[in-house]
Amino acid sequence: MMGGSVSSTGHDVKPANAAARLLHGVERALDGVFGVPGNPLRQLGALGFHLFWIATVSGVYIYALFDTSITGAYASVETMTTAQPWSAGLMRSVHRYASDAFAVVMLLHLLRELVYARFSGFRWYAWVSGVPLLWLGLAAGIGGYWLVWDGLAQFIATAVTEWFAVLPGFGVTMIRNFLVTDTLTDRLFSLLAFLHIGIPLLLLLGMWVHIQRITDPVTAPHRVLAVTTVVITVLLSLAQPALSQAPADLSRVPEWLGLDWFYLFALPLVNRGMPGTLWLLTVAATLLLVALPWLVPSSRAPAAVVDLANCNGCGRCFTDCPYGAVIMLPRSDGRRHAREAVVETDLCASCGICAGACPSSTPFRSVTLFRTGIEMPQRPMGALREELELAIKGFDDADLSRKTAATVAVFACEHGECPAPRDGVAVLRLPCVGMLPPSFVEYALRAGVDGVFVAACSDGDCEFKSGDTLLRQRLAGEREPSLRASVALERVCMAQCADVAATEWALAEFRAGLPAALDQQPAGAVLAAKAFARSRHHV
Amino acid sequence: MSEQKPAAQVGAHAAAIFRWAGQVVLYALFAIFIGYFATQPRYRQLGSDEALLRLSFTHPGQIIANCRERGAEELAKMPANMREAQDCPRERSPVHVRVELDGAPLYDEVFSPAGLRRDGAAAGYRRLAISAGEHRLKVEFNDDARVNGFNYEHSQTVNPVPGQVVLIDFSAERGGIQIK
Repeated sequence: MMGGSVSSTGHDVKPANAAARLLHGVERALDGVFGVPGNPLRQLGALGFHLFWIATVSGVYIYALFDTSITGAYASVETMTTAQPWSAGLMRSVHRYASDAFAVVMLLHLLRELVYARFSGFRWYAWVSGVPLLWLGLAAGIGGYWLVWDGLAQFIATAVTEWFAVLPGFGVTMIRNFLVTDTLTDRLFSLLAFLHIGIPLLLLLGMWVHIQRITDPVTAPHRVLAVTTVVITVLLSLAQPALSQAPADLSRVPEWLGLDWFYLFALPLVNRGMPGTLWLLTVAATLLLVALPWLVPSSRAPAAVVDLANCNGCGRCFTDCPYGAVIMLPRSDGRRHAREAVVETDLCASCGICAGACPSSTPFRSVTLFRTGIEMPQRPMGALREELELAIKGFDDADLSRKTAATVAVFACEHGECPAPRDGVAVLRLPCVGMLPPSFVEYALRAGVDGVFVAACSDGDCEFKSGDTLLRQRLAGEREPSLRASVALERVCMAQCADVAATEWALAEFRAGLPAALDQQPAGAVLAAKAFARSRHHV
Repeated sequence: MSEQKPAAQVGAHAAAIFRWAGQVVLYALFAIFIGYFATQPRYRQLGSDEALLRLSFTHPGQIIANCRERGAEELAKMPANMREAQDCPRERSPVHVRVELDGAPLYDEVFSPAGLRRDGAAAGYRRLAISAGEHRLKVEFNDDARVNGFNYEHSQTVNPVPGQVVLIDFSAERGGIQIK
């Protein structure tokens, strides 16, 4: 028997670095514990939104009881904690711990995208728009601690005003607000409360901007994870309620402080007399993060190309593109269709999901030059069909009567663990399995392949956000273009192939079960399939 | 087969227990991580036997030079609405501050007036930990470039307890240097 050939799509897949492999291993291990849908590491962005809303709801509750005056601020917070421990006190603690978890999740989200090198190319916008969120998040948290007006708030007031005093235009005027109690006014506390509401609103606006270029962004974590997060926050609040430190006294400085290191980690640097250093680090980190997409550019595969002769303006590519790179405009070529697809090349991820969604991507078309309405130049559908036919011809040229295992066409994501080609197994690689039109599955089966195996990358973490989900929906008949109902689903397998062993095991299991499935078919169907395959070889 | 099925069920139950236990442990670890670093480790901002000395002022210095009397001829050449008898410079004097603690110099700095024309107030801020206990504090202040040396001087014995803030301020309306 002949083995299928591994095709090169010309798509330059970035090799994973050691950190990425390590993180990938950790995520796989956590998948085993939480299950893929419940794995927090795979939903950090959505978890960030969830924690933001927990902090918002609890914050609104305690703000209703907060007194924005010098004398009333501390007293009102103490009243919440001591007189209403099961309501306002609990909400105060939930507010604190949800905010702390938000800071951790935000940092992990950044590090994860950094390790997986998801910051350049078409992703630059999400990356760059995420940078201000770091500072807004920190500012919101610091401002919250300020409002309590205890010893910690006094430390924060001194450190923050000393930090800003280095900047031209601020000077020592801000510091002098917090020198003696006489200079403090209730109006200042109203301003601080306003900032603690305004900055999170800006943060929310920034979060909205951050996900603008993503189609159907996931802003709510899996239900189990969402509930568990709330439960953990409440349990932690009960186990260790948030407490104030001694009331602020500007004539004294507390020797020891219980710092919230998630938000206040940088302020000791100012306390040690290095506000300039902190500004230097802040500006350098900001510039580095913002410039990273251009400092470490990704190799860019060609963007999708629309072929108007084959585009009927149906809009499926527009609907399925995960990054909103396809827009629909009025027809420009005079054909009777109302609209045509146009690719915004700067936004295109070169995943090919649009080509997989295009109804003209069916290999059953009997045109001389098989082209689709929207095509990936590096992986045209015509070439994919030729590769498939070549592989099937290889199977057919071998003596099938002596075959010992079923023949399988594997459509594999370049970002997952691709099975090795071997006798009876042809492997065709795609930038994303979302590029696979379901009609190719039927085509392969009708051409005589015993089974079709789709090797997607890691479940819940598609390199292009939703390619595996879209294909699964198409194969299940839940999304157009769908796999025809007449196709025997037991001859089709879609597996998540995050590691080599799992991939090979899934393929072997599927292949082992195939002959029985094939045997169940009427003999005529098998013969018809082989005849179809032979006829295709002469095209 | 009949033996394999219970074994498979036992294995599935064991795996489920492992997953639940793993989740509980990992969520607990995360909660402990959040709970601990929300207040710990504690930060020491001042030594146990230290007090804090803060110098802060914002004060517009005197004009940098004397006003000049305008002559009648000069005034006559000026528009009627601008005939001020004196021509005074806008620029203000820098503020020179010297602080001595127990006879040892602590600060000796000159703070420039703010503004492009240097006609704003000079402002200064310094913070320094000092040992608690009795100290002799001497503060000298010059806000007039036309005066040699210092035109304000104040000495005071302070005896801060650990953690106490000693504030040096300046207010011309309140008599000059203030030590609180």
